[in-house]
Amino acid sequence: MNNFDVIVIGAGSIGVPAAMALGQAGVKTLVIDRRPSPGQGENKHAIGGVRATHTDPAKITTCLRSLEIFSTWKQVHGDDIEWLRGGYAFPVYRAEEEKLLKSFLPTQKKHGLKIDFVDDGRMRKIIPGINPEGLMGGTFSPNDGSVSPLLAINAFYRKAVANGVTFRFKEKVVSITRENGQVTGVRTDKSEYRCPVVIDAAGAGSVELGRAIGSEVPVYPESHEAGITEPVQMFCPTMVVDLRPAEGSKNYYFYQNRHGQVVFCITPDPPIAGTDYNETSVFLPQVCRRMVDLLPRLANLRVRRVWRGLYPMTKDGSPLVGWNREIKGLLHAVGMCGQGFMLGPGLGEILARLVREQSTAADKMVLEAFSLYRDVGDKMEALK
Amino acid sequence: MSEQRITSHPILEVPRRKTVGFTWNGETLEGFAGEMISSALIANDIHVFGHHPKDGSPQGIFCANGQCSQCLVMADGLPVKACMTPLKEGMAITGVEGLPELPLIREAVATGEIPTIDTEVLIIGGGPAGLSAAIELGKRGIRTLLVDDKDRLGGKLVLQTHKFFGSVADSHAGTRGFEIGRILEEELGRHQSVQVWLDTTAVGVFSDKIVGLVKGRKYYLARPQKLLVATGAREKMLAFPGNTLPGVYGAGAFQTLVNRDLVRSSRRVLIVGGGNVGLIAGYHAIQAGIEVVALIEALPEVGGYKVHADKLRRMGVPIFTRHTVVAAHGKQQVEAVTIGRLDDNWKVIEGSEKTYAVDTVLIAVGLAEVNEFYLKAKQFGMDAWCAGDAREIAEASAAMFTGKVAGFKIAKALGKETGPVPEQWNMKAEILKSRPGKPVNRPEPAAEEGVFPVFHCYQEVPCNPCTSVCPVKAVHTENDLITGLPYRDESIDCTGCLNCVAVCPGLAITLVDYRKDPENPLVTIAYEIWRTTVEVGQQVTVTDADAAVLGRYTVSKIRVKKKYPKTILVQVRMPKELAKKAAGIQVIEKQADPLATYNRQPVDDDAVVCRCERVTAGRIREAIRSGVRDMNQLKALTRAGMGACGSKTCRPMIWRIFQEEGIDPGQVTDRVDRPLFVEVPMGYFAGIEGGADNE
Repeated sequence: MNNFDVIVIGAGSIGVPAAMALGQAGVKTLVIDRRPSPGQGENKHAIGGVRATHTDPAKITTCLRSLEIFSTWKQVHGDDIEWLRGGYAFPVYRAEEEKLLKSFLPTQKKHGLKIDFVDDGRMRKIIPGINPEGLMGGTFSPNDGSVSPLLAINAFYRKAVANGVTFRFKEKVVSITRENGQVTGVRTDKSEYRCPVVIDAAGAGSVELGRAIGSEVPVYPESHEAGITEPVQMFCPTMVVDLRPAEGSKNYYFYQNRHGQVVFCITPDPPIAGTDYNETSVFLPQVCRRMVDLLPRLANLRVRRVWRGLYPMTKDGSPLVGWNREIKGLLHAVGMCGQGFMLGPGLGEILARLVREQSTAADKMVLEAFSLYRDVGDKMEALK
Repeated sequence: MSEQRITSHPILEVPRRKTVGFTWNGETLEGFAGEMISSALIANDIHVFGHHPKDGSPQGIFCANGQCSQCLVMADGLPVKACMTPLKEGMAITGVEGLPELPLIREAVATGEIPTIDTEVLIIGGGPAGLSAAIELGKRGIRTLLVDDKDRLGGKLVLQTHKFFGSVADSHAGTRGFEIGRILEEELGRHQSVQVWLDTTAVGVFSDKIVGLVKGRKYYLARPQKLLVATGAREKMLAFPGNTLPGVYGAGAFQTLVNRDLVRSSRRVLIVGGGNVGLIAGYHAIQAGIEVVALIEALPEVGGYKVHADKLRRMGVPIFTRHTVVAAHGKQQVEAVTIGRLDDNWKVIEGSEKTYAVDTVLIAVGLAEVNEFYLKAKQFGMDAWCAGDAREIAEASAAMFTGKVAGFKIAKALGKETGPVPEQWNMKAEILKSRPGKPVNRPEPAAEEGVFPVFHCYQEVPCNPCTSVCPVKAVHTENDLITGLPYRDESIDCTGCLNCVAVCPGLAITLVDYRKDPENPLVTIAYEIWRTTVEVGQQVTVTDADAAVLGRYTVSKIRVKKKYPKTILVQVRMPKELAKKAAGIQVIEKQADPLATYNRQPVDDDAVVCRCERVTAGRIREAIRSGVRDMNQLKALTRAGMGACGSKTCRPMIWRIFQEEGIDPGQVTDRVDRPLFVEVPMGYFAGIEGGADNE
């Protein structure tokens, strides 16, 4: 009864869609999570933006597939996950951002992303009320959008269960059992399970897991803070990303969800390393000042709640995905750098095919780019 | 002005206020400058403030305390809480139909830095606990900032028109609540080191040990060395069909409208819950000229002080124990309520339902501590204290003591005080918190000559002002305990001064005087309803302590003690067999009949649990039955608790549904709480001077 083909550690952004895809393919799968229900790690801290607007072809490809899954979920499966095709806009006020964003366009277009640099007049229509002073236009990718992470993870979870996947919550993985360097199962604080393949989808928790199994993955959690407002009539479903740096922060971004609430987030500079989930008094004045400067009408919109979540970062801002060379049968899918939610559905399918040795040519390109053993430089992916 | 204005009140002074014009959905109306918009609307008989964007359900006043956001209206183009926003001349107010529109601002607005305030002590809440603590700190010259979200100090003391229990020396017993608030405020004013910020809302506690404050339209970061949370309590809610109709709200909200804002918000009410809050609300309703159809209580006995219940019964309000509310009915607001009798399994007995025509259902089923600030502060390692209801739900007199104790402890932590907290204080705080004892039977005094008081006081409660006011020290309590029942030392002659009759907060003391006519002694009964409803020569219906009618008697004299001007002492001559039994004067002589028709069999699942997101009990139950055991997942699936109020109202109701479903609470993961605890415009955080003006 405790024998499985695959055990996934972590019922989050990656683990749940991966299990869903494995179950779909008839693979006997168990998902274990120390938390009480799906998505209770970093998934629920995601603000819900889904974009294929990256600079890394592997991310573009994976997220294009994620977008396809998210955007058609309701038609295919019936449950509403609050998909909203609002697009992503990167408004530009300075020559350096204009140059940077334009330099990405050829790669982005080549890999199938619909994106263009639009003029300031068009940008003012996309973001009604945007501060026009010095606005130079910016990029707009209309097929990106947003989804409720809370509803999506539960929809994926229900689908996975329907596909025959077993879930064990409130159970903590203590070790991955091995014989002759090959995975044989998983021991938890409550039970023991046997399987030839383990997927490490433990997110920010993969550091702790790596320590427990003596094979650490270079993931560095950082703390980010987000907020949500009261709902108002729809005026900007587009995710607005302002790349300009300011004192204490890099970029910040916001969009209006299907309920009419504005959801927002900022990238602190220097980063807040560690796993501190506690809200600070710094965030709101910092982010609101920048948002109101950009879009003055936000001054009258009331903030409802703030929260903190973790970005499991890697040195170059790209995930670490692939088989562990020392421990046979251990497949890592970690270090999503705050993009786990948008990468999840696409990456889940890639993982399922990898386990079943059915990787496509496109999968191989992605896996090569995300390889655990790639030459990780110190240069961040530009749109991370 | 309209009949919804209270223009005279048996207890409260009605101030002269400036009339201003405003518009409601384009119609010109009048209100008072500076009163809350909600009260101005209700005074114009407008109870529906808009309709919910999700399901079009009518919305109106609910907490009247700035906590819930149910009373949202548009004022001059911006969404505001009607219960917290003062009315201004010419204000254009409209209902919120669906989602409000965020107005465009074309010009860039000047943003700025947020000021940081350093203080030795920050006190959140200027009610009895916060004021008492601030006085202790002020006495010792400790730099203290006291913030309160209302426009005046006193907290819920402001709403209390009844005389307080407790003792005269320690907690101003016999003085009315709102007057105690004034006394404390005056005392605080003498201490220079305490600064008071009114209209200042604490919005969150952050891990860098900073408390976010919104004063008017400006945001501040307060960095106190010590924090005292004296935020009081919020009212609990019940799940029943129709429970979110405008007209269903808490007894505290009702007292705010009636006693603070002097609005006659209802014509006929039914009260659910027989604790002190419900009993007192009934009393306040009658004082405000509002009919009370009944008070119902699910338990076999009312939980509040027997003297409060007796007071209400004697006035003619029926109290139905073992009854619950089945449903509230109405299209846009409450038009009727159905109650039913409970069997031993807490189920409504079929056929026992009765429906009454009422416009208001007051829910008084208990209070919950407003402790989110304290819990966060402790989590973040702040030097935080908690006092009053925020610490433990009890009477305001106890809150004054826990506040005093907290003030002392903070002074000690700051090195401004040595030695332990005076033992007396802790003891008194404990005594004042004590629950009422079991009612006992007391034989009436045997004497039939002279003059003496009769104590219709049958239950141990912490109260003894009758002992303090007796000029000849003839009144004592058993074992000299404040909770002991009062008795008269018969070796000392009663002077017939009436002080004890006038001071008794429970109106439970009469004076029987045989001296002039031993066959028809003169009985003095305390009365606090309209002076105009009782005159010399008039016949009044006198009841015994249990509200049984003793007969109709002629008022021979009306007396008033200078110190207790609002308590009218009504004197009647009664036959000596009944004189010592007399305890009260009936106000409502004819009890309301239930309506004949009752059509709809309601389904409990229709009851709304999360008011903000319109999540029904049925939806919650369905999720629980599908296996959900994590409040966070429940929130993700249903949005329960995701609204403006942050689960202040629905959380205890959800726990209750888990219980009803037979789930062991140990199996359920509680939700994670995050700031903000009230919504705040981004412009305040952005440091815009004076807020932003839209087009």
